[in-house]
Amino acid sequence: MTLDIAFWILALVCVGSALAVILIRDLFRAALFLVVCFFTVAGIYVTLNASFLAAVQVLIYIGAVAMLLVFAIMLTRDTRRGNPTGKLKIPALVVALALLGVMIWSVVSFNWPSATEMSQMVSTQDIAGLLFSSEGGYVLTFEIAGLMLLAAIVGALVLLRDK
Amino acid sequence: MSVGLEHYLILSAILFCIGFYGALVKRNAVVILMCIEIMLNAVNISLVAFARYLNPEEVVVTGQIFVIFIMVVAAAEAAVGLAMIAAIYRSRRTVDAAEIDLMKG
Repeated sequence: MTLDIAFWILALVCVGSALAVILIRDLFRAALFLVVCFFTVAGIYVTLNASFLAAVQVLIYIGAVAMLLVFAIMLTRDTRRGNPTGKLKIPALVVALALLGVMIWSVVSFNWPSATEMSQMVSTQDIAGLLFSSEGGYVLTFEIAGLMLLAAIVGALVLLRDK
Repeated sequence: MSVGLEHYLILSAILFCIGFYGALVKRNAVVILMCIEIMLNAVNISLVAFARYLNPEEVVVTGQIFVIFIMVVAAAEAAVGLAMIAAIYRSRRTVDAAEIDLMKG
C-alpha cells in the first residue's frame, strides 16, 4: 500500500517534470527539471525492488549525464533564443499522441499476470552473479561495453581538442 | 486498485512519448539530447518492471542487466553527442538543429 502511494507520487512528478523539460523556455531550468525526472525514475526503481539500479541511476544520470548537459548548456548558451520549437509542432504532436494511444491500447488489452509480492529483494550479488556467470553470463558484453566507453571518451576528447 | 505491471508500462509509454515529441519538435540540439535521455529512461522503467513482475517466484535479473548496458550506452552517447555539439558550436556559433546542415548536398 505504501509502495502504491509512492508509485503514484513518483509517476506524477516524473511525468510533470518531463513535460516541464519540453515546455519551459529557459534551458537551464529545463536541465534542472531533467534532474528531477531522473531522480523520480530512481525512486521508481526502488518501488520495483531494484535498489542497485536506483543507486546507479543517481550516480550515472544525475552525477554524470545531467552534469554534462548543464555544461553543454553553459558552453553553448543562446539566451535570446531560449528553448524554441520547430515548424512541425502539430504533426509531431499527432504522431506522438497516436504512438501513445497504440502503446496504451496494447498494454491494456493484454492480460498481464496479476501483481504478486516479490519473495526476495534483488541484491547486487544476484546481478553480479548473472553478469559474470560462466554459462549464460554477459562477460563478453560487459567487456565490449567497457571498450565502448573508452572509445567514447577518446572520441569526445578528439572532437574537443584544440587543433 | 493495486499498482501492477500495466501501470509501470503506461508510465513508461507516457514518458517515451513526451521524449519522442520533444526530440521531433525541439530545435536546440542539447534539448534534443535531453529528450533522448528521457526516452532511454522510459525504456529502462519498462525493462525493470518486466524483470520484477514476470518472474515473481524466483529472482531473475536479466532485465536489470539490460538496463545497466543501456545506461552505459546512454552515457557514451551523451559524451560523444555533447562533444559534437560543442565542436559544431565552436565552428558555426549555433546549436540550432535546423541550421546545422554541414552535410547538406
